[in-house]
Amino acid sequence: MLLSLAGATVRFGGRAVLDAVDLDVAEHQVVCVLGPSGSGKSTLLRAVAGLQPLDGGRVVLDGRDQTGVPAHRREVGLMFQDHQLFPQRDVGGNVAFGLRMRGASRAEQEARVGELLDLVGLPGAARRAVAALSGGEQQRVALARALAPRPRLLMLDEPLGQLDRSLRERLVVELRELFGRLGTTVLAVTHDQGEAFALADRVVVMRDGRIAQSGTPLEVWQRPADAFVARFLGFDNVVEATVAGEAADTPWGKVAVGEGAPQGTRTLLVRPAGVRLVPVDEGLPCTVTARAFKGTHVTVHLQPRDAPRLEAACALRTAPETGETVGVRFDSSDVVVLD
Amino acid sequence: MALPVAFFGVFFAWPVAAITARGLKSDGAWHLGRITDVLAQSDIRHVLWFTVWQALASTALTLLVALPGAYVFARLDFPGKRVLRAVVTVPFVLPTVVVGTAFLALVGRGGLLDELWGVRLDTTVWAILLAHVFFNYAVVVRTVGGLWAQLDPRQEEAARMLGASRLRAWRTVTLPALGPAVAAATLMVFLFTFTSFGVVQILGGPTFSTLEVEIYRQTSEIFDLATAAVLTLVQFAAVGAILAVHARTVRRSESALRLVDAARTARRPRGAGQWALLAGVLGTVAVLILLPLAVLVQRSLDAPDFGYYRALTSSDSGVFLVPPIEAVGNSLTYALAATAIAVLIGGLAAAALTRRDTGRFVRGFDALLMLPLGVSAVTVGFGFLIALDEPPLDLRASWILVPLAQALVGVPFVVRTMLPVLRAVDGRLREAAAVLGASPWRVWREVDLPLVRRALLIAAGFAFAVSLGEFGATVFIARPDNPTLPVAVAKLLGRAGELNYGQAMALSTILMVVCAVSLLMLEGLRSADRTGEF
Repeated sequence: MLLSLAGATVRFGGRAVLDAVDLDVAEHQVVCVLGPSGSGKSTLLRAVAGLQPLDGGRVVLDGRDQTGVPAHRREVGLMFQDHQLFPQRDVGGNVAFGLRMRGASRAEQEARVGELLDLVGLPGAARRAVAALSGGEQQRVALARALAPRPRLLMLDEPLGQLDRSLRERLVVELRELFGRLGTTVLAVTHDQGEAFALADRVVVMRDGRIAQSGTPLEVWQRPADAFVARFLGFDNVVEATVAGEAADTPWGKVAVGEGAPQGTRTLLVRPAGVRLVPVDEGLPCTVTARAFKGTHVTVHLQPRDAPRLEAACALRTAPETGETVGVRFDSSDVVVLD
Repeated sequence: MALPVAFFGVFFAWPVAAITARGLKSDGAWHLGRITDVLAQSDIRHVLWFTVWQALASTALTLLVALPGAYVFARLDFPGKRVLRAVVTVPFVLPTVVVGTAFLALVGRGGLLDELWGVRLDTTVWAILLAHVFFNYAVVVRTVGGLWAQLDPRQEEAARMLGASRLRAWRTVTLPALGPAVAAATLMVFLFTFTSFGVVQILGGPTFSTLEVEIYRQTSEIFDLATAAVLTLVQFAAVGAILAVHARTVRRSESALRLVDAARTARRPRGAGQWALLAGVLGTVAVLILLPLAVLVQRSLDAPDFGYYRALTSSDSGVFLVPPIEAVGNSLTYALAATAIAVLIGGLAAAALTRRDTGRFVRGFDALLMLPLGVSAVTVGFGFLIALDEPPLDLRASWILVPLAQALVGVPFVVRTMLPVLRAVDGRLREAAAVLGASPWRVWREVDLPLVRRALLIAAGFAFAVSLGEFGATVFIARPDNPTLPVAVAKLLGRAGELNYGQAMALSTILMVVCAVSLLMLEGLRSADRTGEF
């Protein structure tokens, strides 16, 4: 393992911001830590970088315990949330900074700066002032600066957080492609699930300083570990249910679940795509309270009598209007019994 | 951190300890009763009483005169405002000796008022009070006006929209916001006037003596070091108390206020009331600040062919062993050395205080650094005199003694100027540098230094001006063959004769010009970015 955290704990005034976190990152892997703000994900990065001393546990890099190693000797790269480019230096001066600290020769610095600015798509920008850069350009310079000293581990804190949506979607693809090409080991944190799923080989969901779930994007998406993870991923059709055999007893009535589902009192998730609209007399009767256009589909909010709301994904043409009454059936392939 | 602590240990704590020992210890035993003995003397009681009431009166008078000024400079816009604001700040960096001399030229024997109407004030307490107002006008205008200018006028407008009258809106919104700043300024003025030395020394004559002057008199005229030491301790305790109250006031004033760019809150005066106020403030500035300085310059030119200035170059007068003009060179050399020391020590201390994980010890050090600013210069000088003249540290014969004392007085200015700027540097910039491989020292050089270079220059300028005009400490330790400008002025004033008087005026003018020029250069630097507390 390139990076291992064992029981890493950080407390702020008695509250554990990182609570005995164990995490491994293998070489050439891209790991994304996903969690709401305040879940401790930025503290995790700062602890690995050596900017935040641990109150317990260890950070091990390349098999070496990093306890007592100051930030500037850890040889990891960190891209800050709002970039933190040095305002008094130009683009080239920012990118060359890490090389200078390592005593690289001037020629070496220049060559590497040129190489990296080409890599991030800003050829010839070395003499530009950082204040004159757009958000996307600053982001590229920050990336080039972090990559320049060839860190063994690159960490990204909300790498695309402040950019607008279309730029974000483009950059995420570029980053993924770049890391694949360079074979960089990456540990990123974000609160945006789309970003995490698009970027990562492995996603780690954090909650209140602990790891709630860890797995490939597909695993996490298909089988959220618990109600918290499901809701954080944007699934709202989550209820308590009693599972017996291949059926679950829910506030929405009997719901068929797949073979081999865990039995007993469980949390049950129905993905919006699994909420089928049928004529009123053929299913659970619901009133349409709202609808939101999502481009490829329409999200319809449904209010059953005496049961929690449901969210359904409908095709554009067949979506009902607000106020209509419809029936609902559940597709068992989109019903997940959580552990 | 280690260097500033060592510096303050050796050059501040130790002298203070030496004073304590000298005052309260004899034959190896402590005599705490000596404090009450000294305080029981009627002339000492008289000095204490005068020190307190003249400080109170000076403070009240300063507030009365300067608060309208604070309003005018904060909220009204008029041509020449920037220049005028710089001008009213000049007195603050002027050496006390120059101020004393200027007022002597205005209200003293043979002064302007004496010539015109036969009015002399130098034998009354009014001369001292007026000089104190002159000095501290800028303190009030800067502290109160500075905040006032940044208060968002829309707060008051919001109160008006909710039905408050103009006066009520001011009373309920603006006044409470200004309160802490007024309190801080009041305490600062009280502190400065309580420890006033040069002004009282020159204008007070034999009649009026503050604690500070009395310490000097006991030391250099009566040679009663024990009494001087006890008085220093009394002064020390009083100043410590004032500073503690000040620190608490400042901490409370750091409440969340809506501040906006000062340039957007001022507007042209409207209505007869505002015009009258503006005229009144401009008139006050002219009479109180410009007139004394103008008279000083005029008096220095009162002999044909710059006679007084030319006399400075000869050593015939017998007052000094060297031509008085050499004091200019001495002063500049000392001030440069003191500035270098103050910037080094103050810069290191500020850097140490900036670190986020500052514990109780470091914060205590922050308060301690302010002590020399309030703890009078005379204490510093007296402490140096009795602590550093014997082994293990015998600096009596060394020229470095004077710059060291001046640096001690200058360090608080450096720290106060640097600290807000250093604290404003985003901590994550430093972290970004650290992660890229910069050691803590490299981080300071690569990140902090470029961002605070301007503040450093301003701090250096302040330290320079303060060192140049430093009188209270220097007068104790400057050697007779190497006087500084303020010491030379005081000595010339102490001698009778037209020529000596004129030479004092001429030297004061030179000193004033040097100080004013360095201050105006600082103002130029500062106007580009607002930094620091002074």
